[in-house]
This record gives sequence, structure tokens and C-alpha cells, in this order.
Amino acid sequence: MSSPALIANSDSLREAFGKTLSALADEFPKLVVLDADIAGGTGVHHFRKSHPERMIQFGIAEQNMMAAAGGMAAVGLIPVVTTFAVFCLRAVEQARLSLGYARRNAKIVASHPGLDVGPDGGSAQALEDLAAFRAIPGMIVISPADPTEMALATRAILEYDGPVYMRTGRSPSARLFGDDHKFEIGKGQILRQGHDVTIVACGVEVARALNAADMLAEDGIFARVVNMPTIKPIDARLLSACAVETGALVTAEDHNIHGGLGSAVAEALAQTTPCPVEFVGVKDTFGASGEPEELAQHFGISAPFIADAARRVIARKKK
Amino acid sequence: MNQQLKTVSAEARLAQPDLAEKLAKAARFIRCHSVASIYHAGSGHPGGALSSADLFACLYGAEMNVWPTAVDEPTRDRFVLSKGHAAPALYAAGAYYGFCDRKASLQLRKLNSPFQGHPHVLDLPWVETSTGSLGQGFSVAVGMAIGLRLQKIPARVYTMLGDGELQEGEVWEAAMSAAHHKLDNLCALIDYNKLQSDNHNDAIMRLEPLAAKWQAFGWSVTEIDGHDIPQILEALRQAGATREKPSVIIAHTIKGKGVPYMENIPAWHGSVKLTPAQSEEALTVLGASTDEIRNFMNV
Repeated sequence: MSSPALIANSDSLREAFGKTLSALADEFPKLVVLDADIAGGTGVHHFRKSHPERMIQFGIAEQNMMAAAGGMAAVGLIPVVTTFAVFCLRAVEQARLSLGYARRNAKIVASHPGLDVGPDGGSAQALEDLAAFRAIPGMIVISPADPTEMALATRAILEYDGPVYMRTGRSPSARLFGDDHKFEIGKGQILRQGHDVTIVACGVEVARALNAADMLAEDGIFARVVNMPTIKPIDARLLSACAVETGALVTAEDHNIHGGLGSAVAEALAQTTPCPVEFVGVKDTFGASGEPEELAQHFGISAPFIADAARRVIARKKK
Repeated sequence: MNQQLKTVSAEARLAQPDLAEKLAKAARFIRCHSVASIYHAGSGHPGGALSSADLFACLYGAEMNVWPTAVDEPTRDRFVLSKGHAAPALYAAGAYYGFCDRKASLQLRKLNSPFQGHPHVLDLPWVETSTGSLGQGFSVAVGMAIGLRLQKIPARVYTMLGDGELQEGEVWEAAMSAAHHKLDNLCALIDYNKLQSDNHNDAIMRLEPLAAKWQAFGWSVTEIDGHDIPQILEALRQAGATREKPSVIIAHTIKGKGVPYMENIPAWHGSVKLTPAQSEEALTVLGASTDEIRNFMNV
């Protein structure tokens, strides 16, 4: 098992990731962790403590680190590149050529994605990473929603043979799932049943989507909530079923509305079961300093905005 | 794995009394094959392929423990062509030493040919990784050297960079990391032909003092004539004997070496179209026989 028991209630996704990686190290002897001077920030300080000999320091030089991971994978290791999501953007081209094009068994795990970064402000809040990495052929893109799911996803990406980009998260995370939770790359799951609309969310937005469903229920609107931790490949079959059964969808992500989960959902539905979709995300702008919850309110990705989007999309359904 | 399929070791090859002549012959073939493949492709970079041919001959013909019959042997040495646009010379070296078919590798830059404009490892496993974006191959080589050492595999990693490539910031990130990690299993060769895509290095972005830069970054530095085979072999031997530091061989070369109308002319760096007459002239001055010229030109 991926040792969810190790994870504390107050843990962020990055902490859950770092602890899990350390716990899995003996089971995956080829696993090595690459760091660019922010192990304390990405959660891999746990791994550094438990397996210092398998922790490779690259200094503040993400481009070299990203491509070097390709070399390590080429000689049989499973490199896990760790840095902030915004610095992964700096090395997209290295990920494209040396990991994606060469199809290396390398993992990129990005902490500090989205508005969830908080006070560091707009320069540090990656709102474009899902779009950028989703566009690399063969790259799996994952954004888990809670520490339990993070632990399961960490195991899953180590078992998967190929390049992966996975978001963790900076802030203390909501606990959504119990020890019986399942994670499979490419599969979404219905967390709450409903027939009026489906809310599809990933990462920190899953907890907000569940809150939005509570708000809607008070008005007699029954929203289905789908957790979609894999943005690529997207679970098109589940989306199609939701489109047929509820007739309208809302997507919710801590990311630009262009190119991330919303785009992936719309692309999938357009080809199978078109239906009205509303997109909750940051509306093609940069972030700003503030606490994550303030920012979610300010930029329109908090639960009330998801509920409003649900009401709008229901109104667009053909009667 | 595949131990029985290996042929001679680098040690045995280096001990051959006629080694220098053999490598000179290989370098001639590499130049001819590069010109021919670029002619057939209708595009490609001849200048850097010709300047690096002697380095390729020494690496594949003598220095490296690599075997065409055991390209997945874990203990093999690795070569990464960081200046990926010199792919024609790499393919030519591969063709000469049996890593790929001589005729097939003339199908350069064509749809459905594995001999893409820049090396791609999924098409040709023996090229070790995919390159073509300058700076990245060097980082990949650093990663290989770290990974091999971590697994206690005694293989060496070689990588070739262009001089213009040294303007990429990633090169210096990689240089710093290789010295920091004391990668004495890593040897970088710089094909220092002084010209890049648009003009002389000095006119685009000055590189000098180049040896001092590498020394300051903590590398063991050797400067040689990159067309002098004994000098190349000696520099590679020294690199292999260096401990606690990565080695860089700054090989002073002539862009377009061996084809007088190309030598030191920036226009022959870039992707060019060779006419039949230009190609035949180049093959002739490179010393190809009438029969060889016919074989190169008619595929």
C-alpha cells in the first residue's frame, strides 16, 4: 500500500507526496529524486532524510535538471524531477525533447501550482502548466485532490512506464477520501450523485465543487460531482455518460480557463456528446498576492462561483 | 548481457599499429557519406559534419566501448550528439562501424526514414537520446554520467557540443553541475570550428576566453587540433585518466574541413541544398574513387 497512514490530517499535497515517496523508496530501488534547491518546499526533504544517496542536487538550474532526468532514465533509473510548477514551465522545452520525445520513464512533480501558492503572488502562481504539459505528446498529466489520492497517485506514476507531469499543492489540503479510495491513471470518479448538472473538478477545486453541490442542494438543484485527477488522458467515457445523464457540465480548476481541465473536457465532449459547458478557472489573467481562499474568491474559483456556473449552465440546457 | 556478441574492446583497438591510418580512412568515409546524404536529402548542415568527422572516427573507431551487436549492453559507453545538427556525421560514423546500413543511412531527412534531420532515439536506439535543441544533449549526458555512477556501472559518457551551442545558458548549468558532482566518467568534446549559423562566433556572441571559462567551471581542459588523430586519441586517453573532474576537449577544427569551397564559409553551416556537381566535386576532393562516387550518388 502507499502508506496513507503516514499522512497527517493537516498535510498539504506536497507533504503527502514527499512522505509517500520516502515510504516507496525501498520498493522502487531505481527511484531517484532531483531537486533544484527547494526540497523543503516540494516535500522531498522527507526523501532526502531517508535516502540521501538517491537525492541529486541540481542547484537553481531547472533546465539542466529536467534534461538530465532524461539521461538518468536512459540508463535505467526512475528520475522524479521536483520543483515548483512555475519553474517547470521554464523547462517545458527540456521536458518536451529529452523526456517526451525520447519517451523516458521520468516523472515531473510540481508543487506550488495555481492560486493555491498564495502570498508569493502572480509571478509564482503557475496557471499555465496543465496546458503546457498537456500539449506534449505522450505526457500524462495528473492533479490529485487530497493527500490520500496523492499517495495513491505517487505509487501509480512510479508503476507507470513513461513521462508524467503531476501537480501537488502548497496549502493544507482538505481530506476527502478514506483508506478505501482508488486511483487509476485515466479514470475519474463520481463523488456525489446528481441529475441536474455535473461539476468536473481536479486538485483543490474538488473540495470546492463538493461545497458548491451543497449550496445548490439548498436550492433544490442536484449536482453530480466528478473528481477528475487525470487531465490527460481524460476519462472521456465517464464524461460522455455525465453529459447524457445530466445534460450540462461545469469544469473547475485552479488554472487558466484556457488549455487545462476545462479544455480537455470540452474537447472530449465535442467529439462524442456535445452539451452546454461552463468553465470555472482563472479567466486568462495572472494571479496576485493574497491568501489562497481570498484569491479563490477574488479570481472567481471559489464554491459560490462554481454554484453560479452550475445555475447558468442549467439555464442553457435545451428544454 | 550479449557478452558473446561484443567484438573487440577499445583497449584492443587502441593497440593496433595502423590505428591512425584506419581512423583517417574512417574520417574520409564519414565526410563523403555526410556530403552524399545531405545531397540526397536536399538539405542539411554540411559544415559541422565535416569539421567533426575526425572526432567521430576516433570515438567510434577507437575510444569508445560500443558494439553494433550489443547496443543495449548496460556497460557500453554512451555518446550523445548535443550538436544534433551534425547528425549526418553521426549516421556516417554509425554506417562505417556497423551500427546502421550504409545505403539506408543515405536516406537522410526523408519521411519514414529513421535517419531524421536530428537524431531520435526511438528511431535509432544506438544514438542514445534525441537531440536537436542545443544544450539539452549535454544535460542528458550529465544525467547519464550521474546515473551510471550511482548504479556502479563503469561506463563512460561522451558528448559533442558545437561552439555556437555554448551560447545556450543550459550548457553552463550543465557544466557547473558536472563539476559539482565530480563526474570523471564524463568527457565533452567541443567542435570549435569558429562559425555558427549566421556568422563567425566572434561576430554573433564572443566565446573567448573559452578554455579559461571551462577551467573556471572546474573542468579538466585540453586544447587540441581536432583534425590531428594522434592528438585526439591522446586527449581522450587523458580524459579517461582524469579523476574527480569532468574533462572537456576543445578541438580546434575547420568548418567544412576537406572540401575547399566550403572551408570557413558560414553559408555552409546552415541547411543547404547541394547540387550534383557540388556533391561530386566534394566527393572527389575528399578522395573518393569513381566507383565510390557512383555508389554515393546513385541510391
